[in-house]
Amino acid sequence: MNVTVNGEMHKIEDGTDLAQLLKQMELNADCVAVECNLDVVEREAFSSTPLSEGDTLEIVSFVGGG
Amino acid sequence: MQIHLNERIISIGGEETLFNIRDRFKQDADVLILNGFPSNRDAELTAGDRVVLIRRGEIPDAAELEAQLMARSTPGVYEAIHGATVGIAGVGGLGSSIAVALARTGVGRLILADFDLVEPSNLNRQQYFIDQIGMPKVDALKANLARINPNVQTALFYGRLNRENIPQIFAPVDILVEAFDAPDQKALLVETFRKNHPTKPVVAGSGMAGYGSANTVVTRRAGKNFYLCGDGESAAAPGNGLMAPRVGVAAHHQANAVLRLLLGEEP
Repeated sequence: MNVTVNGEMHKIEDGTDLAQLLKQMELNADCVAVECNLDVVEREAFSSTPLSEGDTLEIVSFVGGG
Repeated sequence: MQIHLNERIISIGGEETLFNIRDRFKQDADVLILNGFPSNRDAELTAGDRVVLIRRGEIPDAAELEAQLMARSTPGVYEAIHGATVGIAGVGGLGSSIAVALARTGVGRLILADFDLVEPSNLNRQQYFIDQIGMPKVDALKANLARINPNVQTALFYGRLNRENIPQIFAPVDILVEAFDAPDQKALLVETFRKNHPTKPVVAGSGMAGYGSANTVVTRRAGKNFYLCGDGESAAAPGNGLMAPRVGVAAHHQANAVLRLLLGEEP
C-alpha cells in the first residue's frame, strides 16, 4: 500500500504499523513528533497505530541542541 | 485631526508639522520618530500619524517610557502583541534569546520554564552574565528581561517538564515555543502540548549546531499549527558544538515566527 510521508509517497507492506514504519525509516521513535491524517499520535500508541492506504503522515525527527 | 504623540491620542489642527509638534510639546526633544522611523527633517503630519519625541539621556515616567521603548517598532505591532502570552519551554541557548527578542518587541506576558542553573559553559551563547552563575535560569532571565522592558510580565516554572505538568503550565499561552536541548525532550514536549492544545501553535527548533552557513537555517511548517526552525540536521555532538551566532539565528527564526503568528501571518 502507499502512504504519504512528509509529502512523499512511500510504498510499504500491508499491515505495517507506525512503529514498524519508523524502524524501516531508521528513525529513533523517542525523538520524533508524528502527525497522522492531521492528528498527533503519542509515542505509546506508535505500535498500536496500523497504517492504511492513503494515510498522510508528517514526521519530524528532532536533533539535539538548543 | 488626531495623531498619536508618545502613544497618546491628541487632536491638532489640520496643518501641523513634526517640528511644530516638537516645539509645542517637547521643545528639548532631540530624537524625533515619525511612524517608526527617525526624522531630522520637518514633515507635514496627516491624521493617524505616530510621533514619538525623545530627549536623549532622559528616563521618562512609566507610561512615556512604554511609548518610547516601542517608538522604532512598525506602527500597530505593539498594540497587536502586548496582550499576548507566549510560553517558552527551556531557557538555554534558544529560549533565553527568544525571550529577550520577544520582550524587546513587547509581548505582554512570557511563561518561562526550565530546571537548570546558569553555569559558565552556557555563556558562549545564552543571555546570562558571569554574576548570575549558580542562579536558576528562570530567575536570572526574569531579572534580565525586567532590565530590558519592565512592561513584560513573567511567570516562572523552575523544574522539569513532563507529560503531567506540560498541559497545565502552558494552558494560558497563545503560542508555545519549544527551546529544549535534548531531542527526546523536544519530541515529548511538542507531542504532549499539541495533543492537549491542538488549536494553539507550537514553534520548535531543530538543527543549529556548529558554524555551517546561517542560510541553511529556515522556518517551515511541519504539521497542523506546528512550525520548525533550524536546518533540521546539525545535531549537537562531540566535535560539533553550540555557539552564539548559529543558535542565535535559529532562536530569532523562532521569535520571528512567533511574532508573525501573533500578527495573523503564516510564519
